Amino acid sequence: MIEKRPLIAGPFAHAGLSTPMVMAWVMIALTPATVFGLGLFGWPAIFLFVVTVGTAVAAEVACLRLAGKPLATLGDGSAVLSGWILALSLPPWAPWWIGAAGAAIAMVVGKHVFGGLGQNLFNPAMVARVALLISFPLEMTRYVAPRPIHSAVAPDVREALAVTFGIGGRADLDAVSSASLLGHAKTELARGVPLSDALAGGFDPWQLFLGNAVGSLGETSALLLLLGGALLLALRVISWHVPAALLLGVAVPAAACHALDPERFLPPLTHALAASTVFGALFIATDLVTSPVTRAGQLIYGAGCGVLIFVIRTWGGYPEGMAFAVLLMNAATPLIDRWVRPRVYGRDRKGRPLPVREAGR
Amino acid sequence: MRLFRIKGGVHPAERKDATREKAVEDAPLAARLVLPLQQHIGAPAKPLVKPGDRVLKGQPIAAPAGPVSAAIHASTSGTVESVGPQPVPHPSGLPAPAIVLIPDGRDAWCEPMLSLGPYAAPEAIAERVAEAGIVGLGGATFPSAVKLNLRARHRLDTLVMNGAECEPFLTCDDRLMREHTSELIQGVALMARALGVSRAVIAIERNKPEATAAMTGAAAAYREIAIAPVPTRYPMGSEKHLVQALTGRETPAKALTADIGVVVHNIATAFAVYEAVILGRPLVSRILTVSGGAIARPTNLRVPLGTPIRHLIDVCGGLTETPQELLSGGPMMGQPLRSTEIPTVKGMNGVLALLPSDTRRGPAHACLRCGTCVAACPCGLLPFEIAAHVRNGDFAAALEAGLMDCIGCGSCAFACPSRIPLVQSFHHAKGHVAAEARRKQRADEAKRLAQAKAEREARLAAERKAEMARKKAAADKARAEAGAE
Repeated sequence: MIEKRPLIAGPFAHAGLSTPMVMAWVMIALTPATVFGLGLFGWPAIFLFVVTVGTAVAAEVACLRLAGKPLATLGDGSAVLSGWILALSLPPWAPWWIGAAGAAIAMVVGKHVFGGLGQNLFNPAMVARVALLISFPLEMTRYVAPRPIHSAVAPDVREALAVTFGIGGRADLDAVSSASLLGHAKTELARGVPLSDALAGGFDPWQLFLGNAVGSLGETSALLLLLGGALLLALRVISWHVPAALLLGVAVPAAACHALDPERFLPPLTHALAASTVFGALFIATDLVTSPVTRAGQLIYGAGCGVLIFVIRTWGGYPEGMAFAVLLMNAATPLIDRWVRPRVYGRDRKGRPLPVREAGR
Repeated sequence: MRLFRIKGGVHPAERKDATREKAVEDAPLAARLVLPLQQHIGAPAKPLVKPGDRVLKGQPIAAPAGPVSAAIHASTSGTVESVGPQPVPHPSGLPAPAIVLIPDGRDAWCEPMLSLGPYAAPEAIAERVAEAGIVGLGGATFPSAVKLNLRARHRLDTLVMNGAECEPFLTCDDRLMREHTSELIQGVALMARALGVSRAVIAIERNKPEATAAMTGAAAAYREIAIAPVPTRYPMGSEKHLVQALTGRETPAKALTADIGVVVHNIATAFAVYEAVILGRPLVSRILTVSGGAIARPTNLRVPLGTPIRHLIDVCGGLTETPQELLSGGPMMGQPLRSTEIPTVKGMNGVLALLPSDTRRGPAHACLRCGTCVAACPCGLLPFEIAAHVRNGDFAAALEAGLMDCIGCGSCAFACPSRIPLVQSFHHAKGHVAAEARRKQRADEAKRLAQAKAEREARLAAERKAEMARKKAAADKARAEAGAE
């Protein structure tokens, strides 16, 4: 028996993880926080989620068609995941076209313009979020207080259709709008109110941590996000370097400033354990494609994201800084990857062979 | 013993349970043995026999051709059927010259070489190892005698015996260490003696506690031999990484471990050295693991060299189903075998018939730049980047990115979630670069010869001219003198 077939090189063994599995695990890890968020904000949030993910998939199909690429790549799950992450970062009662436009921007401008999966420089979901935030500041900053789907205050399907699609009259959202802790603190500080007065009553840290709070669709329960992140870390789908560096990058300057002036600067844990920070640290900044490839690079990138988040939140025009921080550090990633390289075995940092030093001398 | 950290590496499923407790069995003689003339790195051996010759077991049938080559001996008694091209384990799948031996079934030894005893002179040990045709039995197949003579050119202090056996499935070294402990230790002592080093370290991965215990007991009587349990992490058996883990010394790029005072041999080689020096027997058989999901009865076999793979599979109960891949060596760095007619050769430490559930092959996806390959690489390379350069045909950039520093261990491709055939692309690029270098060397050589010829011709013409001028001057002078008279 002599076989004729293409020569292949080893290894003839594999660790087992595959790209679709990576995507699937991230989705599984996101599921608790997602289900919680959908339940917390009811039918409008469910509609928005479906529209966003659906548009992302449709946009991916259109782009693959246009580029003449096989549709099989859809199976890697990256489009669903991008749409999913974008939806979680939107105000839960945002109109449908916010989700649709965002998903289209993420897939077309954020991903396929660069050449598709693995080629994009910027995190597609964050490209979309920033584009939306700048273009539609009203819709992107209008948050509602939680209205759990089983509670009396929850909108029914008919009211939800009005909220999301404007069917059967427009809903008056201003009447129900509310502010997240970070947003509230920013507004009050801008009015010159010291933090001790601004945060007096109404913000129970434990409730915030559990997720019974105002925020984007998936950015309410830090606890569930941390659980999902722990799963990804345990499975080694993500490494600890980016999340740890990011959280420290936020917490360390926040702690320093808070120590200097507790009336002007929020405490470090409020920053670091805000659900938006946890979501970003575990699910956004860890995007494999747009973060550095070396462990050292990942630490720099994570720390950079963290510090930028703190700076933007504290001195910038927005109460949240994750999307901007991640995009800025995405832009720095090629530079980080160029500068931070592992030392090659048997060579010095400059790539020259180590000197031959014989033993025993 | 203090160990040093090495970076990167992966933890493949060990899969050693199938054969770990299987004592080495003697494989019965096959009906026909094929002994390739090249079973080692270096020049193919020169045949000493012709068709029809009767040979005895252990009789030299091919002699080394040049300083880096190895002798080949008849692995049983019988008749030489032919000397010519046969299927061999080579990635090209092309046949290569081999001696075909038809056993007579008597398995009769020729007169053994004289035992040199444990206190033989270093030169005598190396000479005997060369006579016995011993090569690196871990798969590298570099002629061992050449490495035992390194003391002449390098200042050596340590012999490292590689008993890591970091490849999944393989347990032949483990069995050897458990079953032939005393012989191995004697072999190691002989090799240390040949090298003139005062320290020999036998490295064994921590997943082989029985072997470690046995070897530690046997080595107690030897002051110069130490046993070092090393972490179970692939590629612990990589020569340069093993040396670093044991001594903390990093082999400079493009240098040999001998340059930093260390020589590494495979533990199985020590057994062959023992047999050659103490028992006077040449290398005519080896121990290997036959395993993988498609083998009915995986086991360890002592196999006469030249035995066809088909025979080994039959001895192990045959195939339960058609394997996806038939390999020589372990799954990480082993070579696909293109035919079951391929013979057992000196460097073959395993025959694996793997199922899809063993290889876990999957479709390739786009590179995510996730950095998994970077974390896995024990050489500090960025495998995805080198592969991208190769894909673009930019071999210069691939070289710049460290292509030649890659040891081909396959950790990157093993870990890659996108299943990109990274090692394949590196092999391709290395082949291309080597061909390019040969072409350049040929062109340079032609240019040099042409230039030398032009210079020679110019010089000859000048000399001719000078000679003519001299003769003319002499003739003129003679004429002038004649005229003057």
